[in-house]
Amino acid sequence: MMTREHYRQAVYPTPFHARTSAANTLNLWHRWKDCTVADAYTDVSMEYTALRNACTVFDLSPMTKHRIDGPDALAFMNRLVTRDVAKIKPGRVGYTVWCDDQGQVIDDGTIFHLDAGVYRLCSQERQLDWLQDSALGFDVRIHEETTEIAALALQGPTSCAALKRMGLTSIETLTPFGMRSFPFAGTQLQVSRTGFTGDLGYELWIEPGHALELWDRLFDAGSAVGIKPMGTLALEMSRVEAGFIQAGVDFLPADRAVRPGRTRSPFELDLAWLVDFSKPNFTGRSALLREQAEGSRYRLLRLDVEGNKVAKDAFVYNSRQKVVGVVTSHVWSPAVKASIALASVEIPWGRPGDELRVDIYYQKELQWNRKMARCRLVAGPFYAPARRKMTPAPEV
Amino acid sequence: MTERAPIIVVGGGHNGLVCAAYLARAGRQVLVLEAADRAGGCAATHEFHPGFRVSSIAHLLYGLDAQVAGDLNLTQHGLAYAQQNLRSLALHPAAEALVFDGDSVSGAGLDAADRDAFQEFVAARRRCAAVLASWHAAPPPRLALDGWRDALPVAKLGWAVRRLGRKDMRELLRIATMSVDDWLNEYFTGARIKGALALDAVLGAWAGPRSGGTVFTSLHRAAGGAVYSVPQGGMGSLSAALARAATAAGAEIRCQARVAGFEVKAGRVSGVRLASGETLACSGVVSALDPQQTLLGLLGARHLEAEFARRVQHLRATGTAAKLHLALSCAPEFHGLKTQDLGQRLLIAPDADYVERAFNPAKYGEYSPQPVMEIHLPSVHDAGMAPAGQQVLSAVVQYAPHNLAAGWPAARSRFLETCLETLARHAPGLRASILHAELLTPADIAARAGITGGHWHHGELALDQYLMLRPVPGAAQYQAPIAGLYLCSAGTHPGGGVLGTPGRLAAAQLLAKEAAP
Repeated sequence: MMTREHYRQAVYPTPFHARTSAANTLNLWHRWKDCTVADAYTDVSMEYTALRNACTVFDLSPMTKHRIDGPDALAFMNRLVTRDVAKIKPGRVGYTVWCDDQGQVIDDGTIFHLDAGVYRLCSQERQLDWLQDSALGFDVRIHEETTEIAALALQGPTSCAALKRMGLTSIETLTPFGMRSFPFAGTQLQVSRTGFTGDLGYELWIEPGHALELWDRLFDAGSAVGIKPMGTLALEMSRVEAGFIQAGVDFLPADRAVRPGRTRSPFELDLAWLVDFSKPNFTGRSALLREQAEGSRYRLLRLDVEGNKVAKDAFVYNSRQKVVGVVTSHVWSPAVKASIALASVEIPWGRPGDELRVDIYYQKELQWNRKMARCRLVAGPFYAPARRKMTPAPEV
Repeated sequence: MTERAPIIVVGGGHNGLVCAAYLARAGRQVLVLEAADRAGGCAATHEFHPGFRVSSIAHLLYGLDAQVAGDLNLTQHGLAYAQQNLRSLALHPAAEALVFDGDSVSGAGLDAADRDAFQEFVAARRRCAAVLASWHAAPPPRLALDGWRDALPVAKLGWAVRRLGRKDMRELLRIATMSVDDWLNEYFTGARIKGALALDAVLGAWAGPRSGGTVFTSLHRAAGGAVYSVPQGGMGSLSAALARAATAAGAEIRCQARVAGFEVKAGRVSGVRLASGETLACSGVVSALDPQQTLLGLLGARHLEAEFARRVQHLRATGTAAKLHLALSCAPEFHGLKTQDLGQRLLIAPDADYVERAFNPAKYGEYSPQPVMEIHLPSVHDAGMAPAGQQVLSAVVQYAPHNLAAGWPAARSRFLETCLETLARHAPGLRASILHAELLTPADIAARAGITGGHWHHGELALDQYLMLRPVPGAAQYQAPIAGLYLCSAGTHPGGGVLGTPGRLAAAQLLAKEAAP
């Protein structure tokens, strides 16, 4: 929360900073919104390996959070986002995007239906001005609560086991995108089965005053199942493997775009499943209907790039060596043992059977080399272990 | 054959009636819903004191769409004029009035150079206003260009300017955003001539003569010909003729039917809800109410997309004009005004600075301690407006901001006193002859005619709310961004005043878009 004294300090510690700083043996940090968060604690590969083989803890506190309630909360949410919020029942969470009037994505995020008619909207970008603009004509209260909630993401195959060991009875019965509250140290610990890694995992939400206690009890409980703190670098690897997009990386938030053609619609981000024309009016609806009828400009692709070099900052070429797009995210995936990438290409390219290549520039002993690497189109996520959807969740 | 639900016109003001008449003439089934006892809106006549009648809000007619008058046979439907080609007389408490009569100006004390400059000024104004007039005859072009159908109106828009010739084109582009004060200073030295012409530019506007863009408002007024007339029986007679034209064409007009909201089904306006609770199904709605009232009040922001709703919310529509009606026991005597000129258009705007000073308090939510006025005594040339030997005085008084900081209930009597003092300076004996005074503040006008901000033009007439920006981008083609809803109020192109053009153009747009049953 911005205070009168905000200029005295530009960057703040998160409620877990006492623990994250102690664990950060690399002393590697970056700024996420107004907070200091760890890039990595010990070793990126080891953190990634812990995520896919045991479980890891990621400090999620700087994530932008808004609470929306009031008599018109549902109507407001439904006018704001592209999917039908009425289908997200109390105690459930839904992924969504929201658009401007031109049907261009402003941001993506998750809607937590905390209680009947009470919502929390989590997003990458700050949205207060847009939410307030959108509130004209609705009887709703919008409250920015980013700093009022501390949050950890506990992800990986042993995450359920760790929570059980911490005393969260029958947590294994929580379904994906479900949410449950547990008494914890005199307050409520909210647990949602959500995450950004494409793995079995949970997000834990608590008052900041109890943050350190949560961290300690979680690590005590998880020590027998290989719990480790994880930084942003390993998270980035896992989210590309899961095929998730990120604001400011895979699409430019529409409210930040200056030049025409730089933004993307939900259709252009492979998110058509989030657009529900059967629900009442929502911002972007008419433009998206038009786009549906007339066709989109871009297509999001998931690429399996041949070879072992990552397609960093690569252009995408068609079979006639014409540039038809760009790679927006890339990683060497240890889980699928491949160089993988997300790319945005111009329609019509990226049809099944289209031969696409990316140009990869890489250095060997200070010598630059260039390689045109063939790409295979991947339909869904690159990595999607069955455990992420299993209920009861495996307690390995 | 099953009968389809009618097209409902919300609001029986002049634009609503014009639109209804055109739709009915095209064979559509039309129902006009009017909240008041009688259709008319801002073009109405009412009895404000036993035997004394006055044009309720608008009191002079200028720029009435000639095509509307012709198409709808208004003369045949009873429109007659008590006066045409009124002269304008700029009053002064201590001098003979300046007389503006068409292209000439005269009066004792008028500088000969100013007199000649006036001819030049009028000619230049006429050439520039003709460009606007050509724009006003047709719908504005769309901002988005999706092919030649959209490009053609833009080309025509530009062609109208280009046709002026290089010199006048440059002049129009130069002056369009200027303040009228700067413009007048280029022609004239005399304070009084500038005062009167400055007033013409700011009547009905949230602007003083030194506000940018007031040359535009001056040209907008001149685009209608700058010729004033008065219907026999007041402005209500025009509405009555329009109502007769609409009814004769087959439209039904239902009064005392206040619309409380629209019904929306599957993304389309499917009906209207009356304040009485009754719901009426329709095949489409044309709203003659102002755009904010229509889109945010009756439709509701939730049926609009967020950015569009915000644009509508930020429309500038704060009325500054109040209306004063006096029932007088005898004809008033104004300083320096010949008796035969009493029924003409009288102006209190002795110089441009006076007008600017009158505007200053409005910026801070206060009324003018020395207001400007446009005065007309309808009873002089229309015996039906007052009992024999007695007179009615009607005045537009500025500035009286709608959002008065002190609140109008508290300030009303003080402002009335201010108005009477101002009049008394020009007509000292007037006070003694007042039988009754009625003051309509913008708040009263807002309540009486249902206009947001009590703004005569249903939204400030300014370059940022003109052509394809009127009322807001995304609704400039008389079509709201929801199926089945059209706009035809003065808040749409070409804008305010009693023109009838928005009603005519909206009807054409609806007929082109909505297939006949």
